[in-house]
Amino acid sequence: MKRVIFLMPLLLILPGCSGNWGWYVVDPTTTNGANNLRFMATGAYNTILMSLTAIIISVIVGLLVALPGLSEKKAWRAFNRTYVEIVRAIPILVLILWVYYGLPQLSGITLNVFWAGVFALALSDSAFQAEIFRAGIQSISKGQYEAAQSISLNYRDTMRYVILPQAIRRILPALGNQLVYMLKMSSLVSVIGMQELTRKANELVVSEYRPLEIYTILVLEYLVLILIVSAGVRWLERRMNSSEV
Amino acid sequence: MTDQPNLIEMRGVSKHFGDFQALKDVTLDVKLGERVVICGPSGSGKSTLIRCINRLEAHEVGEIVVDGVTLTQSQDSLDKIRGTVGMVFQQFNLFPHLTVLENLTLGPRRVLGLSEDEAKARAMLYLERVQIPDQADKLPRQLSGGQQQRVAIARSLCMEPRIMLFDEPTSALDPEMIAEVLDVMTELATSGMTMIVVTHEMGFARRVADKMVFMDKGEIVEVGTAEDVFTAPKSDRFAAFIKQILNH
Repeated sequence: MKRVIFLMPLLLILPGCSGNWGWYVVDPTTTNGANNLRFMATGAYNTILMSLTAIIISVIVGLLVALPGLSEKKAWRAFNRTYVEIVRAIPILVLILWVYYGLPQLSGITLNVFWAGVFALALSDSAFQAEIFRAGIQSISKGQYEAAQSISLNYRDTMRYVILPQAIRRILPALGNQLVYMLKMSSLVSVIGMQELTRKANELVVSEYRPLEIYTILVLEYLVLILIVSAGVRWLERRMNSSEV
Repeated sequence: MTDQPNLIEMRGVSKHFGDFQALKDVTLDVKLGERVVICGPSGSGKSTLIRCINRLEAHEVGEIVVDGVTLTQSQDSLDKIRGTVGMVFQQFNLFPHLTVLENLTLGPRRVLGLSEDEAKARAMLYLERVQIPDQADKLPRQLSGGQQQRVAIARSLCMEPRIMLFDEPTSALDPEMIAEVLDVMTELATSGMTMIVVTHEMGFARRVADKMVFMDKGEIVEVGTAEDVFTAPKSDRFAAFIKQILNH
């Protein structure tokens, strides 16, 4: 029943456009179609590499920004709020353009397309990661800190061995969301010439003039990537839940 | 008992939570090897009192000296005192993501610098003492409440403290599990451990306590030997409290 409801919109659209498809451009049984498909798929490597690098950096930066947000000292909390509010307010596309075209003028540091993309994606996402970590850590009961204090654990060990392992389990679904978000947002890095999925599709459209079919394949490429990520995150959740309270 | 040195000295300790005065000018000495039971109605400041001793709560006025170290804001005094004082909580506060053994070895390894083998050997020693060595590899949630609290006691003992604080250790337990925890505590008391116990278990208090402390509204109302205070309470408030507890 669920599946039927899911497919209904598709059924409504299909009859209206049935005459316009020209699947030959991506038909794997023809040489040209197979080449086109291969060309599009080569972008996956950069999409994945860029997203993974960015998410790893943003998790680390996010955690480092979240911790002062939990401090009793006002100045630390103010740092956390300022960072989150400012970074969160910049649209990713604007940040990508600013890092790639603006940063060299400001600082003389020129990043290549890949690192400019990673830098912008990670910076943007780190503000969201910081909020996720802060909420996750705050959800751990005060008794856990008190027990850690009662056996003289210092702050670092308390976080590392007691609080964070429990917090990570709770925020895993949210981290999964961010990874999916990152994979999608990485398509914006195509505007500065990064050879990833979207850029490859754009280039193919320019030479083949079949945007409908090529962008449909692009949609499917992202869909497959993201379904794999979702399954992976759910597997990880199940594994960790088996050792949860 | 009287010729033993003081291990804990509290002098004129006061503490507020906002407008609420949780502790009013509390003065209390605990000697080496002494077993002190603190009782009183809820909100009387019993828990706050013992939580001030290892600074889970910071006192505002007065002086607290533990084993010769004056408790201040300095990390140094805090480290020394927390190394001397163990604590058992009402809600156990075991680390739910770690096995029983890992709960016990974490402190010895990270704080005392024991090797993995040394820490494990010590953990097993104390698990045997609380009579659950066979549960070492389980997670806390797989144990009963009574077993969890015994693990929590063993976790504290693994740090080899000189003083043990118990904050209503049986209040969160089902009735049939209270005895097994009290047995472990009685054994600990017999071995000569200095203990401060906040509890409503008057049978335990009578058996074990060298000194009974009755608190009400943040003040120590009455102090005496268990025998004295139970047979002839001096204050009306304590007499009323005992009557209420024994008749319920």
